[in-house]
Amino acid sequence: MASQATFAAQAMEHMGSLYGAALRMTRNPADAEDLLQETYLKAYRSFATFQEGTNLKAWLYRILTNTFINSYRAKKRRPEQTDVDDVEDLYLYHRLGGMEAAAAGRSAEDEVLERFTDDEVKQAVEALPEQFRMAVLLADVEGFSYKEIAEMTDVPIGTVMSRLHRGRRALQKTLFDFGMERGLVGERE
Amino acid sequence: MDGSAQHKCAIAVERLYRFLDHDLDEADMADVKRHLDECLRCLEAFDFELSLRVVIASKCRDQVPEMVRVRIWKAIQSEAGPEERSEGMLPS
Repeated sequence: MASQATFAAQAMEHMGSLYGAALRMTRNPADAEDLLQETYLKAYRSFATFQEGTNLKAWLYRILTNTFINSYRAKKRRPEQTDVDDVEDLYLYHRLGGMEAAAAGRSAEDEVLERFTDDEVKQAVEALPEQFRMAVLLADVEGFSYKEIAEMTDVPIGTVMSRLHRGRRALQKTLFDFGMERGLVGERE
Repeated sequence: MDGSAQHKCAIAVERLYRFLDHDLDEADMADVKRHLDECLRCLEAFDFELSLRVVIASKCRDQVPEMVRVRIWKAIQSEAGPEERSEGMLPS
């Protein structure tokens, strides 16, 4: 049995990033706190099965993802949307004007991105249907590879890629819509 | 832009995500890199996608409320035996 001290030293430091993921998954602080606690208790109980030298963060995320899929998803009152609109490649870049905007001396696209608030970006991620949200969250917020995400969510790599790529494009559309509502971005002339 | 240049851009854009995710094999990675060296339009677009990713990751951060940290730490302690408990300090 791995000692509590070892678990504390190694696993507790990942709590912040797991908490963020739990919030995006459940979209509700009370559920996120319960999910986080359940994840840590499960991890503690099975810490002896964790192989030293392998990726602890990935191991914790696997427990988090499994726990979410098995217990929290089952609690949902109504079926969720399971698909996203097809959005073209480089949607946001093109909407913000692309090369033409840069050449015309209008504000660089990168600056527009900085003007989105944390809450807007979080909301945009949370607006994605679950499967797409999980893929985007695990890849782009947490930096896991296709293979790691496939193992965590128990789907083939090809499915991860398709969800991730479509999810990213859908996220761009949501961000653009938020930007329009707040007047951060204008329609391209 | 002539047809073949457009075609090269289309291929690069199709590989955009796998390129940024380091998921292409060496030959395809090199192909995309070569295209980005000669095509400013695509370089700008790829650069934007990379910035977007950085912005998303940096704006999706949350702090665990101290009460929650303590609650979880106590729950773990109550699972542990008494000898273990005495050495367990909540790491900051």
